[in-house]
Amino acid sequence: MNVILTGEKSKMSHELNGKKLLLQGNEAMAEGAIAAGCRFFAGYPITPASEISERMSYRLPQVDGTFIQMEDEIASLGAVIGASLAGVKSMTATSGPGFSLMQENLGYACMTEVPCVVVNVMRGGPSTGLPTSPAQGDVLQARWGTHGDHPVIVLSVSSVSECFSIIITAFNLSEKYRVPVVVLSDEVVAHSRETFTIPSTDSIEVVDRIVPNVPPEWYKPYEDNSRGVPPMSAMGDGYRHHVTGLVHDTQGFPTEKQDEIEAFIKRQFRKITNGFFEIQITKKLHIEDAEIVVIAYGSVARSARRAVAMARSQGIKAGLIQLVTLFPFPKNTVVNVMRQCKAVIIPEMNMGQMSREVKRVNTGLTEVFKYNRIDGKLITPMEIFEEIQKV
Amino acid sequence: MIAGMTELRHKYLRHHKKFPHVWCSGCGNGIILGAFIRAIERLKLKKDDIVLAAGIGCSGRMPTYVDFNTLHTTHGRALTIATGIKLARPSLFVITVMGDGDATAIGGNHFIHAARRNLDLTAIIINNQIYGMTGGQASPTTPYGAQSTTSIFSNIEHAFSIAELAVAAGASFVARGTVYHAAQLDKLIEKAIRNKGFSVVEIMSNCHVQFGRRNKMADPVTMLNWFKDHAVSRDEGTSMPPDSLHDKFTIGILADEDKPNYIEEYSKIRKRAKRN
Repeated sequence: MNVILTGEKSKMSHELNGKKLLLQGNEAMAEGAIAAGCRFFAGYPITPASEISERMSYRLPQVDGTFIQMEDEIASLGAVIGASLAGVKSMTATSGPGFSLMQENLGYACMTEVPCVVVNVMRGGPSTGLPTSPAQGDVLQARWGTHGDHPVIVLSVSSVSECFSIIITAFNLSEKYRVPVVVLSDEVVAHSRETFTIPSTDSIEVVDRIVPNVPPEWYKPYEDNSRGVPPMSAMGDGYRHHVTGLVHDTQGFPTEKQDEIEAFIKRQFRKITNGFFEIQITKKLHIEDAEIVVIAYGSVARSARRAVAMARSQGIKAGLIQLVTLFPFPKNTVVNVMRQCKAVIIPEMNMGQMSREVKRVNTGLTEVFKYNRIDGKLITPMEIFEEIQKV
Repeated sequence: MIAGMTELRHKYLRHHKKFPHVWCSGCGNGIILGAFIRAIERLKLKKDDIVLAAGIGCSGRMPTYVDFNTLHTTHGRALTIATGIKLARPSLFVITVMGDGDATAIGGNHFIHAARRNLDLTAIIINNQIYGMTGGQASPTTPYGAQSTTSIFSNIEHAFSIAELAVAAGASFVARGTVYHAAQLDKLIEKAIRNKGFSVVEIMSNCHVQFGRRNKMADPVTMLNWFKDHAVSRDEGTSMPPDSLHDKFTIGILADEDKPNYIEEYSKIRKRAKRN
């Protein structure tokens, strides 16, 4: 099979299904988004996420989609929300400083229940930080960055093939639950090149938002139902209604009635809680008999996979939980594993963000150790292996 | 012949749901809302094809009252969300209504870039020279020397001229009107929506409660008379001695240029991309 080098842009065919490509994580993410049905991208240049914009800028017009470079990240997410309101699957991609700017409109997307995908390729922070070095410092910002109580889904990727597949999952969850989905990548995943075969279109499951099937005069855009996710009409489809960042009633109009406010906010959380089973994604390795379990995500999960293999070859019963979904935190999976193992280790490229979550759910079940690195360098398999040995 | 206002109110306003409105009595916003729906009536547009997006502030409440696809967005960001809607569905007529603080302070960057980009949007900017809803703080268009709740001694900053700013930023249609010249507003808004590019209509409006009250114009009539006395048409302005123009502002059409809009340009990009 021919390997297509991505540098040869002019030779890129519009149909990539089934082709083996040498792609970097950022490029795979763009391809995955297109496979998921994304037809609108708005972004602003930022290292180490710019390749996603660049690839979208020449891929989207090929598939009748639209790319626009906006004046900043605030505007980028604004345009993404607008396009989604008009019925088009939309995304943006950025890194830490831009992600900070997006928090305002991320809250608007939560409040108005507009499906969209926001990729944050994490780099060292705070502020301008380390633009070309990996980090995992934005995990809790992804969860709680925008103000107010809100549900949000946060996924993470650890390889080029996951960049492709998880971005599709992100779109599917976003469409199904009408929430913004944040995908956390990092500089190592984003810029690593791996050969990767793009799956055929038939093998990819694509979920589209549910649209109303009632006459427009009956349509209530924020009316509760068993799933807690109201059908969403596209602007221009005849279902004229009001969209506001104010707390609103089932018709979408602002409300200050206590019973309506509480019902509205609680529905936001209920719809995600209802979907825990499919939203909370983890990957497990050698968990069955593991005594020491590494809990990792992002590029660190790659190192952890190798470290676990090294430990097993030395006769140490080690295992791995790779968190694909960071939030809602996969509590049940983690707790079940903590019940059976002697210790867990959480290596992270930050001062300890997911380890807080793990400690929060550890009610004396096991010992929790964290391993942190914040010098702009990836945590290596050997470092994790040594931690396993120490424990 | 244009239908009577009562008929238009029933046709275009969410009259049985969302009234009474939040605006103070005598507010210029009502005159602008009237001009807006009269312009829509002249254009004979379908209600399903119109999007009205606003930011935050008194102007931000206008979409609540009209029976179109309506949005109340984040502060200053109406144009960004409007950009996404228009690009995703170019057949829609996407109009934004913003205040002076909304459009030129917090949303100033979005405003000049929307003008530069020339996407087919219409921006109605209600300039009442003050932050009204939050209690009368100085805005980017509060005149030098005026009083506000954040410049109680005197405003030492200089005001933007919004329409001239839009011309300089490249908007293809720019006009200015006032709530005193209400009949002219209908036509300016109509022309702005017809223009196939980025259109700006700046409307000088009265906030006698938050601006006028602190600046010796505490009632709407005094403020409307101020607009009457200080507005000059472009033709009048050219025939007047420059010295007499220092406290005047121009009303009417300031720019009406035919240049390629973003949607047309992007359709060419799609064709080129598919050839590669």
